[in-house]
Amino acid sequence: MDAQVLDRILDKYAYRHSDIIEIMQDVQRIENYLPMESLSYISERLELNLARIYDIATFYKAFSLKPRGKHVIKVCCGTACHLSGASQSLDQITRQLGIEEGETTEDRMFSLETVNCLGACALAPVVVIGAEYHDSADANKIDKLLSGYKVNGESTD
Amino acid sequence: MKIPVIIDGQLVKVEKGTSVIKAAGIAGITIPTLCYHDALKPYGACRICMVEVIYQKQRRVVTACNFPTEAGMEVHTDTAKVREIRRMVIRLLLARCPDVPILKKLAQSMGIEDIKLKQKDEKECILCGLCVRFCDEVVGANAIGLSNRGIEREVTTPFKVLSGTCIGCGSCTYICPTGCIEMVVDGEKTGMRMEMGNISIDPCQDNYECETCDVDKEFMTTVKRVFAEFRNKYSSH
Ligand code: SF4
Ligand code: SF4
Ligand code: FES
Ligand code: FES
Repeated sequence: MDAQVLDRILDKYAYRHSDIIEIMQDVQRIENYLPMESLSYISERLELNLARIYDIATFYKAFSLKPRGKHVIKVCCGTACHLSGASQSLDQITRQLGIEEGETTEDRMFSLETVNCLGACALAPVVVIGAEYHDSADANKIDKLLSGYKVNGESTD
Repeated sequence: MKIPVIIDGQLVKVEKGTSVIKAAGIAGITIPTLCYHDALKPYGACRICMVEVIYQKQRRVVTACNFPTEAGMEVHTDTAKVREIRRMVIRLLLARCPDVPILKKLAQSMGIEDIKLKQKDEKECILCGLCVRFCDEVVGANAIGLSNRGIEREVTTPFKVLSGTCIGCGSCTYICPTGCIEMVVDGEKTGMRMEMGNISIDPCQDNYECETCDVDKEFMTTVKRVFAEFRNKYSSH
């Protein structure tokens, strides 16, 4: 990530240590993950120790230190979703994209994650792709969804 | 302003806000601790220092290392409840690290023979954070930190890569109550490195001679000397 972009983010928060989480969120919004160099740079500019930043980055599940795909897929494996077949949905995605949970496709289009209850149990099984929630996401529906994304993704890229 | 506090029936006068543990020290009463060190800010991680306090007719159990005293507070450091809690804490710690001498010793002194909880695989760090805080507050190197959470929480260098700021002072080795950071002496240039399980904290391999290095060499030499003296002085016990 560009030093200039980082400086702009740091400026926005007036170099306040207390806003470190927001700063990291801004970086992740742009990069999809937290690059080590960016965190080191932030540590230097804020004069906030890197060990502390690393602690925060690893503490919150929302932060990722590994590059993530353009579309992050979250499969809910909470109780309701589990009962309505979340594991089959997960299998379908794994098969179709050739990645396991926590991995990213080679073209950096998709990352696969699991979560425990999204608070939308009535729609189980729930799969979130990017910012979009998909209800009753069984293997069939996923197949269609992903194919759609792939076609769109490739044509727009 | 000095305030009166009663500790195990003994009246002491302390500055307002003094921690319970310091007040107890003044009264000559020792409370067991694992994550507390005089030179560092209290952290409240190990929970072994639990005591009962009675203040404004309320009785509660608190950690002595970071709980401030108030005028008229009554502290009980050795009640049945306190002993029970400490025993539980030691059991839990032993379940995590069954081979740590200081834990075994504490267990023995508290009359714990069997550890009823299931034992985990061998891990010696009790996450007291002493090494991290010493490296930060006293050494100022900030070479190590805690990361992850829950059962995955561990002490490591940022990103688990070689530290660019460790000065190899060995303070973490010295202060660790469980002895899980080992100082390994080898290597031609720096002479030593710290090892903790599969994590290795190496001081700079280039002897801090790169042009871009921020570490003040003179400061580092002084720190190293001071700690070497410190270690020699206390290594006998
Ligand atoms: S040896 Fe390195 S990690 Fe340990 S206290 Fe000294 S500077 Fe910190
Ligand atoms: S390595 Fe030692 S000093 Fe550091 S947190 Fe673990 S037990 Fe405490
Ligand atoms: S269990 Fe999936 S949304 Fe609640
Ligand atoms: S010494 Fe008080 S919690 Fe560890």
